[in-house]
Amino acid sequence: MSSISVSAASAQARLSSSLTRIRLGPAASLLVVLFLAVAVIAPALLTSRSPTAIDLGRTLLPPSPHHLFGTDDAGRDLFTRVVYGARESLGIGLGATALAMSIAVGLGFAAGLGGRIADLVINRVLEVAFAFPVLLLALLLIAIRGPSVTTEIVAVGIGSAPGYARLVRGQVLNVRQAPYVEAAGALGHRRWAVIRRHLFPNAMRPLVAVITLGIGQSIVWASGLAFLGLGVAPPSPEWGALLDSGREYITTSWWLEIMPGLVIVLVAISVTSLGRTLQYRLEGAAR
Amino acid sequence: MTAVAATEQITVDTDPGTPLLTVENLRVAFGDAEVVRGISFTSRIGRCLAIVGESGSGKSVTARALVGLAGPESVVRASQIDLAGPDMTSTDLTRQSERSWRVMRGREIGFILQDALVSLDQLRRVGDEVAEPLKVHGWGTKASRKRKAVDLLRLVGVPEPEVKVRQRPYELSGGLRQRALIASAIALDPKLLVADEPTTALDVTIQAQVLDLLAESKVRGTSIILISHDLSVVARLADEVVVMRGGEVVEHGPVHRVLHQPRHEYTQALLDAIPSEHTRGTRLVRPAEGQTPGAAGQSTVRRARKPITHVPPVLEARHITKVFRGPDKVDRTVVNEVSFKLFQGETVGIVGESGSGKTTTARIALSLLEPTAGDVLLRGQPWSTLPASRRRPLRKQIGAIYQDPLSSFDPRWSVGRIITDALRVGNRPPSSKAEARERAIRLLEQVGLGEQHLASAPLRLSGGQRQRVAIARALAPEPEVIVCDEPVSALDVSIQAQVLDLLTDLQDELGVSYLFISHDLGVIHHMSDRILVMKDGRVVESGSADDVFERPRDPYTQRLLSALPRLAQA
Repeated sequence: MSSISVSAASAQARLSSSLTRIRLGPAASLLVVLFLAVAVIAPALLTSRSPTAIDLGRTLLPPSPHHLFGTDDAGRDLFTRVVYGARESLGIGLGATALAMSIAVGLGFAAGLGGRIADLVINRVLEVAFAFPVLLLALLLIAIRGPSVTTEIVAVGIGSAPGYARLVRGQVLNVRQAPYVEAAGALGHRRWAVIRRHLFPNAMRPLVAVITLGIGQSIVWASGLAFLGLGVAPPSPEWGALLDSGREYITTSWWLEIMPGLVIVLVAISVTSLGRTLQYRLEGAAR
Repeated sequence: MTAVAATEQITVDTDPGTPLLTVENLRVAFGDAEVVRGISFTSRIGRCLAIVGESGSGKSVTARALVGLAGPESVVRASQIDLAGPDMTSTDLTRQSERSWRVMRGREIGFILQDALVSLDQLRRVGDEVAEPLKVHGWGTKASRKRKAVDLLRLVGVPEPEVKVRQRPYELSGGLRQRALIASAIALDPKLLVADEPTTALDVTIQAQVLDLLAESKVRGTSIILISHDLSVVARLADEVVVMRGGEVVEHGPVHRVLHQPRHEYTQALLDAIPSEHTRGTRLVRPAEGQTPGAAGQSTVRRARKPITHVPPVLEARHITKVFRGPDKVDRTVVNEVSFKLFQGETVGIVGESGSGKTTTARIALSLLEPTAGDVLLRGQPWSTLPASRRRPLRKQIGAIYQDPLSSFDPRWSVGRIITDALRVGNRPPSSKAEARERAIRLLEQVGLGEQHLASAPLRLSGGQRQRVAIARALAPEPEVIVCDEPVSALDVSIQAQVLDLLTDLQDELGVSYLFISHDLGVIHHMSDRILVMKDGRVVESGSADDVFERPRDPYTQRLLSALPRLAQA
């Protein structure tokens, strides 16, 4: 009898799995993020116009090869404004995430290492924070301090901190009982040395991916606040502010809403997708 | 071809039995890597064929290929895989579709996996799991299947089967779970039972019961293909043995001949590597010609150790007791009045089955856990009673080796960093980076590794290499005592032999004492000067290794020893 392959059906499965292995997602996302990085560091490389140059002869022009995203009610080039707005929008995203993470690390580690009572108290606080509408919190802050980039960062940062704090706490509890943490203790290392050298880096490692997910999330949140007029004031090219200022022309000049909106969506998806890729890589490395 | 040559060697048995499954020139490949390279064997009615080998030998892949579960990435080829039908018409298993495999599995071929906890769905009742193959193959009604499940559990010796069918797998002990899995595999009375390491996760007394159960089904006419790394288990059940290495058959023959007059040097090496009462004081790995033997000695026979008993013991436990309060607020005494003395340069072995409290005893000895009552002395000085801050400077005197070395290493750290870190907290901290590196290399060489491993991630090392790194780390602070908790349980028998030889060599060289914990009676007997047998937290018997093993007084010890499968049973 000749050699026969049992896995005729499995050959098909192999083909389809190799097709999904060519993943365009991460590559495209990387491109978007690189573009974004240039927009933040050197926006002049991407556009020769000024984001504030008013040209009253060319107001509300639809997208064309000359004006990729069209122009706004003051004749400013929308593409240029989106490019220059990247710095502020990303700044809010990064700032809010950084603030959220620092609150979360503090609370998470205190809950995970501080004993039963600390854990109990922090958990109740987090539950209350979860139950509190973030939008209300943001309104409260803005009412007290007035709309600004800082207020927006603080509002979004505090709003997203409880979720991260839960994750950090879980990680700490998990890593705390890892055999290598016990082994380090058995070798005679001090408790603080074990926390600093083993617990902290290993608990935080999977969170790196979560942080990148959070940046995209924060940008969306901040834009939402700005659209409601609770963020940065309209002359600024911050993306949420662009949405806010385009709102009154939504029936006549669709590009004022759609173009910045698409950019926000694209950036959020790209950063999230990169975060996921990173997560798989890191989890793969951590067996 | 090796495989064909080996098959031709089968010596004539008086009654070989009627062939049931004939496999010829089986090959399994994953991509470019061929893991089974043309093997042939025949499984016969009422007989057990054992496929023996170490990790990577291809034995499990062979088993999986026989039931069509080699995996979607695999390519299975064979000149012939024929399963004889009831009227001796044969089915060609190389031509099965996924659908016809589903019909075959369960009805014609039963498959038993190693770990019943993973193989049984935790959220379903045991009865449903046992009756699953009946349901899949459309056997009977819901009510009759339920009755059949109870009967099956009774058949495999599960006590109170009416109660057990309503429980969930996690509520059952490991032995009962494995029996439930066997019950589901034999539910439709398959003619062929493929068992992949069916007793590896079990304690010896449970293992004996499961082996008896498989022997009974053999008597009823089932043909068994047993996959195992354990030659003693094979000796107890198999009629014919296939020894595999690197995807090829190196030896094939009747069990008695293969285990007592092996023709291939690999089989001989496997047999030599098994630690037992006969191997005490000898090396398990024979130095090959032209190869330099281990650090300590040239000969295969080691000199006798002389523990130093005129000074206080290096480690002494005095009536230690540990009580844990469960979530149900019920106190459970896990360790009960355990006492022992460990003198310099000797090994005290603690042997017991799972749940006997041996690991808790080890953790108390290491002061990672405080005893509820009693105390532990280190070098005659208080140890377990000290506050944590005063214990820390003493930790360099007592090292630890764990069962799973990989999880005891920080996943981000390289081998070099792991060892230099241990040097820094040791008795002679290195004064410079260069010195730390030099001493780390020396330690690695001492455990049979080298400078090239400094930068390696433990994840990239083999199981044996990882345990060597763990030993190097334990040695780095230059302790007087090392607590070894199941240090070789996760290793293949030949690697286990190397690690055990290494540990004894290091003891001869450095005079360290070992508190050696294992569930494996052979390993314990091989390694220990004195032995404690633990059961349910108590020491039921203690004494010199030979006294305990040859003249056991306690009924439990006697039961353990009689349950132990031995090569001589073949």
